[in-house]
Amino acid sequence: MRETMKVWKVFLVWNYDKEEAWLNEMAAQGWTLTAVGFCNYTFVKTEPGEYNIRMEMRPHDDGYLEFLRESGVEYVGRILQWHYYRKPAELGAFELYSDIDSRIAHLDRIGKMLFWIGMANLIIGVANSIGPSRLGWINILCATLLMYALGRIQGRKDELKKERQLFE
Amino acid sequence: MDNNYALTESTYYIMLALYRPAHGYGIMQQVEEMSSGRVRLAPGTLYGALTSLTTKGWIQQLPMDPGSRKKEYKLTDKGLDILLKEIERLRELVRNGDNVIARALEGGEEK
Repeated sequence: MRETMKVWKVFLVWNYDKEEAWLNEMAAQGWTLTAVGFCNYTFVKTEPGEYNIRMEMRPHDDGYLEFLRESGVEYVGRILQWHYYRKPAELGAFELYSDIDSRIAHLDRIGKMLFWIGMANLIIGVANSIGPSRLGWINILCATLLMYALGRIQGRKDELKKERQLFE
Repeated sequence: MDNNYALTESTYYIMLALYRPAHGYGIMQQVEEMSSGRVRLAPGTLYGALTSLTTKGWIQQLPMDPGSRKKEYKLTDKGLDILLKEIERLRELVRNGDNVIARALEGGEEK
């Protein structure tokens, strides 16, 4: 049985590349992601730099996971629609996207999810504020945060779209 | 509308690789080889492209062999037509590029 370690850590959704960078740093030190939970990560002791880590948001699709497996990508787990993968470094570089269009499409998926969860919170918040419950402000606060996150994602998308006018 | 836009490099190479039936990883390998390692399709990009090309009817999924879990794809007649037109368009781009540069060099124009 190999040594494992569980770490609790919170990342904000628009900083998912920081989360990914942290997971890769851990892998470089010989702690490879082996399971994910809400704000917690389980690592297993491996050789330093044995794996590279990537994460992406998409609806769960077994066909896609099978497709990834063909190129040596291992599925680690997911939280809601956030999927975590790893690939042995000896099989080469690990990228999920190789053009601007698919990066934009990915940010689009993240943005849509934030928008709908934000809208749901807003509606619940407003309904609760009118009704007898006094907790409506919590949902409105959530909605505000989610809309801020959406703005950050939108900003990143706009940068890519500017690039897209000249390059692929 | 299908004919007025340029294909992206990924789309072009994927369709070219599907001139003969191939599965996902096979497409990646072929494209990397054809471009001498320059174009490396990432699986997320490729999967998305295969899905939209299938929806458009430019490629089709072949019936799966029993026991195999790998999906194979192939160019359709419509896809082939679009690919050939794209090759013609690319030829025009290169021809014009060569012409302009050659004329400039002949004339001793400095740039």
